[in-house]
Amino acid sequence: MVSYALPGALGLLLAELPVRQLAHLSPLDVAVIAIYFAIVIYIGFYLKRSANTSEEFFLAGREMTAWIAGLAFVSANLGALELMGWAAAAYQYGILATHWYWIGAIPAMLFLGLVMMPFYYVSRTHSVPGYLKLRFGESSRLLAAVSFALMTVLMSGVNMFSMALVMKVVLGWDIHFSIWVSSITVALYVALGGLRSAIFNEVLQFVLIWAGALLVPILGLIEVGGWRKLQAHILLNVQGQNYTHMWSSLGSFSSNPMGVHWTGIVFGLGFVVAFGYWTTDFLVVQRALSAHNLRAARLAPIIGAGFKMLLPFIVILPGLLGLVVLPMHLVPEDVARLHGGHTYNEVLPLMLVRYCGPGLLGLGITALIAGFMSGMAGNVSAFSAVWTYDIYQPLIRKSAPDRHYVLIGRWATILGVMVSIGTAYLVMNAHSIMDYVQALFSFFIAPLFGTILIGMLWKRATAAGGFWGLLVGTATSIGLFLWVYIHPSALAKVAFSIHAQSMAENLYRALWSWTACVIVTVIVSLCTKPKPISELAGLVYGATQLPEEPPVAFYKHEYFWAAIIIVVFFVLNLIFW
Amino acid sequence: MHSPTLSIWFFIGVMLVAYGALISGYGVFELVTGKTANVALGYLHAPVWWGILLLTAGLFYCIAYRPGKIDR
Repeated sequence: MVSYALPGALGLLLAELPVRQLAHLSPLDVAVIAIYFAIVIYIGFYLKRSANTSEEFFLAGREMTAWIAGLAFVSANLGALELMGWAAAAYQYGILATHWYWIGAIPAMLFLGLVMMPFYYVSRTHSVPGYLKLRFGESSRLLAAVSFALMTVLMSGVNMFSMALVMKVVLGWDIHFSIWVSSITVALYVALGGLRSAIFNEVLQFVLIWAGALLVPILGLIEVGGWRKLQAHILLNVQGQNYTHMWSSLGSFSSNPMGVHWTGIVFGLGFVVAFGYWTTDFLVVQRALSAHNLRAARLAPIIGAGFKMLLPFIVILPGLLGLVVLPMHLVPEDVARLHGGHTYNEVLPLMLVRYCGPGLLGLGITALIAGFMSGMAGNVSAFSAVWTYDIYQPLIRKSAPDRHYVLIGRWATILGVMVSIGTAYLVMNAHSIMDYVQALFSFFIAPLFGTILIGMLWKRATAAGGFWGLLVGTATSIGLFLWVYIHPSALAKVAFSIHAQSMAENLYRALWSWTACVIVTVIVSLCTKPKPISELAGLVYGATQLPEEPPVAFYKHEYFWAAIIIVVFFVLNLIFW
Repeated sequence: MHSPTLSIWFFIGVMLVAYGALISGYGVFELVTGKTANVALGYLHAPVWWGILLLTAGLFYCIAYRPGKIDR
C-alpha cells in the first residue's frame, strides 16, 4: 500500500544501523534478477505502439479484463516495504497486523466495486480529482490534485530510498546503484507504454511476488509442524502476550502489544482509513477505471479483495514463523544500534536466507524488487494522469491536440521519477523528513473520502460544502498531528487513552478529520444553493441512470463474488478470533 | 487504437518457464551431486519441486496464451 499505515519508518531506522550484509548472491541468483529486468523493459518497448492516444496512455485504452485490472489493483498497492514492514509488524505485534489486510481492506474494496465504481466509471473521468471537478467544481479538484500529486511523488521517493537501503542491508548493494537502476527501469517502461505497461508489469510482478515469497511460509510450517504447533511455540516463546488472536485481546488499549482498542480498528482503520485509501486513492482507482466495461470495473476491486485476503499468508505468517524458527531474537532498531543484533525489519530477508539456496534466493530478492517497482510504477502513472489532466490542462493549457497531452503525460512520468529521486536523496541527507512525508500522506486520505462519499450519496451537497469540508478536514488532521507532536500528552485526548501507541493515534486522527469534513460539508451545503438535479446525472446516487449491463451467468456476477468474499472474510476473522 | 497481440499471461508464462528451468535444473544438480545448499530443510530439495511447479505453470500459460490467442 502506499504506506497509508506502514509500520514505522523502515528506511530511516535501517539507515542508522551498521551495515551487516545478510546474504550473498550466486551467479544463478543474478541471472534470475537479470531476466526480470529484461522482461519488464521489453514489455515497455513492446507496448509503446499501444499508447498513442490519451485514453490509451492514461487509461490503458479502457480495454483491461476484470482479472487483469483486479490483479493490477492489488499489486500497485503491494510495495516491497509493505512486504517487509508488515512481516516485521507481525514479528513485533503478532497476528494483529493482519487487520490491515482484512478489515482494513476487504469491506472498503467491496464498497468501491459495488457502490462507488459506477459513478467513477460512468462519469468517464480520467482521475479521482477529475470526479471532484464534475461534482464540486474546480477549487475542490485543484486542492485534491495538488495534494495528491505532491504526496505521490514524495512517497515514491521515500519508498525508493527505503528500498535502496534494504538492498544495502540484505545484499550490500550500493545505494546509488539501486536508486538509479530501479528508477530508470520504471521510468522507461511507464513513459513508453503508459498505464497499460504499468498494469502489465504489475500483474507480472504480482505473480512473481507469490512465486518468490510463498515458499517461505510453506517450508516454515513444515519445519514447525503446522499452525497448531506454531501457536504453541509462540505461546512458549513470548509468554504473557497474545500473538495469535486477532480480536480477543482488543477489549482495552493495554491488553495487546499494539496498544489499540477494537473501536480504533473497526471505525478508524476499517471504516475511515481503509475506505479513504481504497475508494479515493487514484493510484488504485485508476487500475479499475482501465477495465473494458462497467461490470469489469466493478469486478476488479472485488477480485483484488480476494487476493488481498490471501496476502497475510506470505507477509504475516513469515513474521510469526520468525518468532519460532529464527535462532536469534530480533530487536527494535534503537536496541540494535546500541547493542548490535538483527532488527524486526530484517525478519523477511532472514527467513528467505534461512530456506532459500541459489536460485530460490534470487527469486525471493526479485520478488522484493518487483514489489518495489510495482508500487513505484503505480505512483508515477497516477501522478502522470493527475498532473496532465487536473493541473496542467486547467491551469496551463486548456485545449490542445490529444497527442500533446500524451506527450505531457510521458514527460510527467519522467518528471515524477526525477522528483522521486530528488526526494530519495533529500531523505538520505535529512532522515527525519521520512516520518513527516508518511504522516503528510495520511492527512489527505480521510477527509477526501468524506467529501467524495457525501458527493456521491447526497444530492444536496454543494460545491462550497465540498471544498470547505475537504479543507477543514485536512486542516483538522494536520492540527491534531501538530498538537500531539508538540504536546505528547495530547495523545490521551486524540486517541482516548494514555496507552495508545502511534498506530492507534493515526487511526483516531483519521476518524476525527473525517468527522470534521463531513460535519462542515453538511453545514455549508445546507447554507448554500445546490446544483439542479439535471446537472448531477452520472455523478450522484439517485440522479444517475446506470447503464444496463448484459445479463451474465450468476458465477460471473459481481454480487456473487462479493458475497463469497464477505463470507470468507467473516469466517477467517472467526477462525483467528 | 493499436491493441497488443501478445497477452500479459504469455509474458508471465515465459518468465515462469525461464525461472522454473533454471531453478529445477539447479535442484537436480544438487540432487545428483549431493552438494546441497546450506539452508534449513535442505533435504527436502525445494528447488526441484518448486522449480518444476514454476515450469509447469509457465508452460501452461505459454501454451494457453500463445501468440495469436488474445486476452488482454
